[in-house]
Amino acid sequence: MIEVRGLTKRYGEKIAVNDLSFSIEPGKVTGFLGPNGAGKTTTMRCILGLDYPDAGTISVAGMPFQDLAYPMREVGALLDPKAVHGGRSAYNHLLCLAQTNNLPRRRVDEALELVGLTEVARKRSKGFSLGMSQRLGIAATLLGDPRILMFDEPVNGLDPEGILWIRNLMKALAAEGRTVFVSSHLMSEMEYTADHLIVVGRGKLIADCSMNEFIAGSSGAAVRVRTPSPDELTTAVAAAGGSATVGTDGALTVQGMTADKVGDVAFDKGIRLHELTTLRASLEEAFMELTADSVEYRAEVPVAAPATVGSGV
Amino acid sequence: MATTTAAPGARLAALPPVSGRAGLTGAIRSEWTKIRSVRSTYWTLAVLVIVGIGLSAAICAATASNFTHIGAGQDLGFDATSRSLTAFVELGQLVLMVLGALVMTAEYSTGMIRTSLASQPRRGTVYLAKGIVFAVMALVVSLVTSFIAFFVGQLLLHSTGHSATLSDPNVLRAIVGSALYVTVIGLLAYAVGAIIRHTAGTIAAMVGILFILPLIVEVLPASWTNDIGRWLPGSAGQVLLATVNQGGTNLFSAWPQFAVTVGYTAILLIVGAILFRKRDA
Repeated sequence: MIEVRGLTKRYGEKIAVNDLSFSIEPGKVTGFLGPNGAGKTTTMRCILGLDYPDAGTISVAGMPFQDLAYPMREVGALLDPKAVHGGRSAYNHLLCLAQTNNLPRRRVDEALELVGLTEVARKRSKGFSLGMSQRLGIAATLLGDPRILMFDEPVNGLDPEGILWIRNLMKALAAEGRTVFVSSHLMSEMEYTADHLIVVGRGKLIADCSMNEFIAGSSGAAVRVRTPSPDELTTAVAAAGGSATVGTDGALTVQGMTADKVGDVAFDKGIRLHELTTLRASLEEAFMELTADSVEYRAEVPVAAPATVGSGV
Repeated sequence: MATTTAAPGARLAALPPVSGRAGLTGAIRSEWTKIRSVRSTYWTLAVLVIVGIGLSAAICAATASNFTHIGAGQDLGFDATSRSLTAFVELGQLVLMVLGALVMTAEYSTGMIRTSLASQPRRGTVYLAKGIVFAVMALVVSLVTSFIAFFVGQLLLHSTGHSATLSDPNVLRAIVGSALYVTVIGLLAYAVGAIIRHTAGTIAAMVGILFILPLIVEVLPASWTNDIGRWLPGSAGQVLLATVNQGGTNLFSAWPQFAVTVGYTAILLIVGAILFRKRDA
């Protein structure tokens, strides 16, 4: 459980986080989504007490992070996988962290085993690939068997195998009842992992909702359906508050409701479905639309930006 | 790339519950692991021990071989102890200044500080543990080096008929005092490192304090030089070393002069601690 209330952080003139409030619940993966420069990393740094907020309060497991008896047993955080002394071996890196919280030495071997770095445990981390550094960072977060885990852009620079591994890990950790808080600037990444979303732009909260609400709420979100009885489904969808259009290939594109809802509607009416897909491109669009006004650095392109922002979210 | 991928279900075993709090003991263990697991520690300390003793030996051997040629008048004021320890003090303050700075600034240059503080966010504890581990290590290595440099030097100076023994006046103070002095200089660099947070900047500042400042004071009018010289943090070394003639007349005697160095160090350690706790990491 992480609670952020009215968090504000300035760096000189620049305001990085502006009166941000949210709670992160245990037992699910909460995605922290926003364009680059939206204040995600700053927020995480403030949660960990690395940066001091100008205003607002943050509590982690019921108290400020600095007051936790054994911080690593409560929170495992990976902000920057390269924030290690490259001259130190993977083993010694984890050992020096474990010792601060009186964790047993064998934990280090177990954590290295878990992330698959046992063979390079005695090698200096300077020579590690980004993927190996990520694994080392994740090993560090797991040392204390923490109830809360935070990852900042964990899939950056990873190969597909590494991405899959991290996704599964995060889901498994949440399934064990832990609090998992993970940031990304890619909607497509969150789609596979997050149950809940906190969307920020320019340091301000844009949305705090479940993934389903986010999909349903964004005007651009759509579900692709193939059915032998398109007319019946179109009527049923319209009755349930959505709208469906028939595409050139005969599949329906439903807007205004989630895939779950479309499935439920079809089931109620006894309509057979052959395909039911949330359109990923439209999810990305929904996110872009939501944050269009809050992108800090944007290349000027001669294309009109969507005019509506965050309708219904 | 790593060869194995753990199955998503594979977890670490749950940890047994504990009481108490992560505190200074764990932080000291951690800092000891940190300092002994990077190469810079070994090469800086190797330079201190090997070059410190070697240079002392070379100076003493040269002194001994020239001694007989020059003649009897030289006996007056000849300080065999100081002769055998000068190289150690000059090199020692340089080496420990670099190591003391690195202990702190490497955390910032590598980004490790963020990982360190995320595992132990009570920053005063981290600062204290780091300082203690560095100081103890520096003092032990310095004491070993200064004693060896002394004994090797006296062995080589034996032919002059003026070599010193531990029981001679002020000799033990010179050996132990010079080790204490270089350790405190290392701590001074540690404090400056916490304030500046950059390796090169810290070492430049320390070179300014220890080596450039005395040169500037030297060119001032004589009356000023006398007054200011005794208030420089780097003046204690030469006084602590001297067993015969207590340095220049313008300086305090050994321990009071050392107290000046300790005073500056204490002040900067406190400033460093405040900034270490107060600033964003």
